[in-house]
Amino acid sequence: MERGTTRVKRGLADMLKGGVIMDVVTADQARIAEEAGAVAVMALERVPADIRRQGGVARMADPTKIEEIKDAVTIPVMAKVRIGHFLEAQVLQALGVDFIDESEVLTPADEEHHVDKWAFTTPFVCGARDLGEALRRIGEGAAMIRTKGEAGTGNVVEAVRHMRAMTREIRRLGTLGPEELMAAARDLRAPYELVVEVAETGRLPVVNFAAGGIATPADAALMMALGCDGVFVGSGIFKSSNPPAYARAIVEATTYWQDPEVVAKVSRGLGEAMPGIELEALADTDRLAVRGW
Amino acid sequence: MRPPVGVLALQGDVREHVAALTAAGADPRPVRSVADLSGLAGIVLPGGESTTIGKLLVRFDLFEPLRDAIAGGLAAYGTCAGMILLAVGVTEGDQPLLGVLDVVVRRNAFGRQNESFEIDLDVAGLDSPFHAVFIRAPWVAKAGREVEVMAAVDDHPVMVRQGHVLASAFHPELTDDSRLHRLFVEMTR
Repeated sequence: MERGTTRVKRGLADMLKGGVIMDVVTADQARIAEEAGAVAVMALERVPADIRRQGGVARMADPTKIEEIKDAVTIPVMAKVRIGHFLEAQVLQALGVDFIDESEVLTPADEEHHVDKWAFTTPFVCGARDLGEALRRIGEGAAMIRTKGEAGTGNVVEAVRHMRAMTREIRRLGTLGPEELMAAARDLRAPYELVVEVAETGRLPVVNFAAGGIATPADAALMMALGCDGVFVGSGIFKSSNPPAYARAIVEATTYWQDPEVVAKVSRGLGEAMPGIELEALADTDRLAVRGW
Repeated sequence: MRPPVGVLALQGDVREHVAALTAAGADPRPVRSVADLSGLAGIVLPGGESTTIGKLLVRFDLFEPLRDAIAGGLAAYGTCAGMILLAVGVTEGDQPLLGVLDVVVRRNAFGRQNESFEIDLDVAGLDSPFHAVFIRAPWVAKAGREVEVMAAVDDHPVMVRQGHVLASAFHPELTDDSRLHRLFVEMTR
């Protein structure tokens, strides 16, 4: 009997496909998410929109809160650690969370190194802006990738940019000859073996979700149409005027993204979405996606 | 002829089942609506989150047509979440269940993700062990008299068959071994 294998880690990500993972800060919110049909919840201290507004150092959530959320639902529970903070990650593994998000939404603990994710039994998900960044994280042991997008803005534009970049670069690798792949690996700053694998299979070796700015059912459907395997929704649900309705509608639009009539139906009468932020209105220092490399 | 076999495609590892069914000689088709159910020789309920898939079945009016089709003889194979959905009961909680397989299932019985595992498993009818991947897996806590137990881990049944309904707590679709999908495709003929 073997535990913590690559297959078991990537396998859990496979089981989340076609689903929605929702940020929650209390056990009550976790129950609302599960009732709406979320495939997992992300336990955290503050949603990204509040981290943005309140500032200060954002850290791993209080273990008590994570345990309350674990006890409240039967679906998988994820939690965030700061980039490079392998001690926070060890704590989350000891708490028995199902997935660890090494996240740019929290304040980075290490500006040079990410966590060595191979050293853990618990699988990791990491954010990426392009193919090279995704393959560097997979090279460090990430079992799942998500776009970084721009968390807490309610603006999907960065998630679209990151997903389009990944798809474009994956397609390009497929057009290259074997002798061109080493140079491609150099240009992408990515492990050669992973570059070869992507060139052969035409896809990332792990599941790839959308995250960062998804606020409406149509946003979720858009990211699915762009080729994402599923969706993370951070502030979009519990900063909207009607969280249970938004949660349910985003779940339904993620499943039926190919059917605009369903997306139209579930989008009706939801009330106000979370307030959004124009990316141009954001100072460079307030951009979370540039954290990590 | 390749038998048309549906894969319930509301959420979960649909792509892996489509690939495994193709390797096993079937013609896989995603199922998202009642219309997709017509003309099928069998249906696979994939791995995923059973609470999510169950809620979507109910909300999109697929629950009763799917239950009636399987009860009426449509061959079905459920893996992990799919096994839970086929069952008549779960040991804890309340969620929509199709009730076409006479077992009560304990969800996440082996534990959370850190306890997920791979193991070489003896399966009735196979001449060598099957490499089985268990992810936050359930087990069968109680099986009816007509249910055949095909495999067990620590005496807990993890693969069962009752007539035209097959279920495993593990994920053969995550390996390249298509023997169990071939067994199911044979059941659809």
